[in-house]
Amino acid sequence: MRNKKTGEHYCLGIESTADDFSVGIATFNGEILANIISAYIPEKGGIHPREAARHHAEVASQVLEEAFLKSGLKPRDLSVIAFSQGPGLGPCLRTGATVARALASYLNLPLVGVNHCIAHIEIGKLTKHVKDPVTLYVSGGNTIVSAFDSGRYRVFGETLDIALGNCLDAFAIEAGLRQSPGMPFGAIVEKLAREGKKLVPLPYTVKGMDTSFSGLLTAAVNLLKKGGHKLEDLCYSLQETAFSMVTEVTERALAHTEKKEVLLTGGVAANKRLQCMVEAIAEEHNAKFCVVPSQFAVDNGAMIAWTGVLAYQSGLLTPIEKSFVKLKWRLDEVEVPWVK
Amino acid sequence: MGEMKPVLIKKGAEASLYLADWHGRKVVMKKRFVKKYRPKILDEQIRVYRTIHEPQLMHEAKKAGVPTPTIFLVDVKNAIIIMEFVEGKQVKQLLGETSKEKRESLCLKIGELIGRLHENGIIHGDLTTSNMILTREGKIFFVDFGLGEKSKELEARGVDLHLMKRALQSTHFRFTEECFNAIIRGYTGIVGVETAKNILEKLREIERRGRYVAERKREPS
Repeated sequence: MRNKKTGEHYCLGIESTADDFSVGIATFNGEILANIISAYIPEKGGIHPREAARHHAEVASQVLEEAFLKSGLKPRDLSVIAFSQGPGLGPCLRTGATVARALASYLNLPLVGVNHCIAHIEIGKLTKHVKDPVTLYVSGGNTIVSAFDSGRYRVFGETLDIALGNCLDAFAIEAGLRQSPGMPFGAIVEKLAREGKKLVPLPYTVKGMDTSFSGLLTAAVNLLKKGGHKLEDLCYSLQETAFSMVTEVTERALAHTEKKEVLLTGGVAANKRLQCMVEAIAEEHNAKFCVVPSQFAVDNGAMIAWTGVLAYQSGLLTPIEKSFVKLKWRLDEVEVPWVK
Repeated sequence: MGEMKPVLIKKGAEASLYLADWHGRKVVMKKRFVKKYRPKILDEQIRVYRTIHEPQLMHEAKKAGVPTPTIFLVDVKNAIIIMEFVEGKQVKQLLGETSKEKRESLCLKIGELIGRLHENGIIHGDLTTSNMILTREGKIFFVDFGLGEKSKELEARGVDLHLMKRALQSTHFRFTEECFNAIIRGYTGIVGVETAKNILEKLREIERRGRYVAERKREPS
């Protein structure tokens, strides 16, 4: 329902695909009123889905409350509830979906299931005023080069195995590095890499427009365990090799589609070296280069809320009985009628 | 280089193609430019490796019965390859314009050619419909072997077919299934039912390995 005072419609979005639980609130005009993110940081190792889901359940009510406080809205002011329906980790997705269903049925509001990867693209387009980009989406769970064509975002390139962020994280864990709030593994590796000078040869794997990082990770970890190389040099070499790979496939997609904008998003988008590389190829092809602002590049509720608005306005609702989570929901399976 | 100034015909991602005159012959000049975004050593390694391997693979492909442009000159230092200019149409453009029957026979033929490459231990590495040219005489030329390799492993062949399918999905989404099925039929005709079965099994495994694969989708077999 339209808010009586402001005459606005609001959508609340819940994101919980992996280690972040987040709630965002967007107006139907694309204004982001709140974007509260609570990150689960494991004591050691990577994300354990069950532990991450437990974190999400514990912080859910507090994050919701903060989002309402920040936006100055009451639950009754909302018009739509959106949630990240996939892809992601099962237990984490289910926790977010449960919260979304509960809110929607309690407030008697329509529910919209959003594809997490599409949300990453849409929030980039909204915040950077981009219309029709080639998107490089790199995070702990995804490595995708995508562009819109005939009703859908098509996947031009992707990883054949693990994600770029996963590769960096796993290397950092093997190197015994510790992450802390505001300093995730990626940022630590980036900092070390800046001190690196020697390029150690590592496998460079580009297959068509696809990439593979598992062999690269194994080779880097083997060198680490064997000793004889400075950690800084290994971080530098790992970054340079992996980033060159994704930059090459992005350039291939850009040359192939001849689009005029390049959008860099996902958690790894925060890396300055990667930004620099992708910017170079955008320039080369006379395309505009944009990086999604960091609070919207990482997993966040605002992107789910905004994509929820777009889907809702196109009449795409998700009845509760169809709101089961989709762990392997590909972005090229989704019709996006709001994109022209 | 000759009387005619080279004319840029395609600015690709890693190389630019020029139409040029070489000793009175119409040729394509492929030049791999320095990529400033990556470290110099890595950039040189990649460009030199590809400039050397691409002509080798093209030559081997031709021996295997897969039409490829004839190589005239390889200049490793400048990362330049000079090859025959093949007059024809990109399969990429044709697939959408032509009839269902024509499309099927085209894909059948493509499948046979991929089969011949694989039979002879050649992996193309970038099977897309923009890398295939249909000539007036009805021959399909394969180009752009820059990402190719020599391998007889199931894994490499599986990935090659996977890339072909992905290219169809992103560019020819309306006929992905019919095209890919026809390609597999042509392919099977060359490599044999038993080998094809093993490679398709591998293909499924590769797809499952990927981050997100819709499990309900069944592959043609």
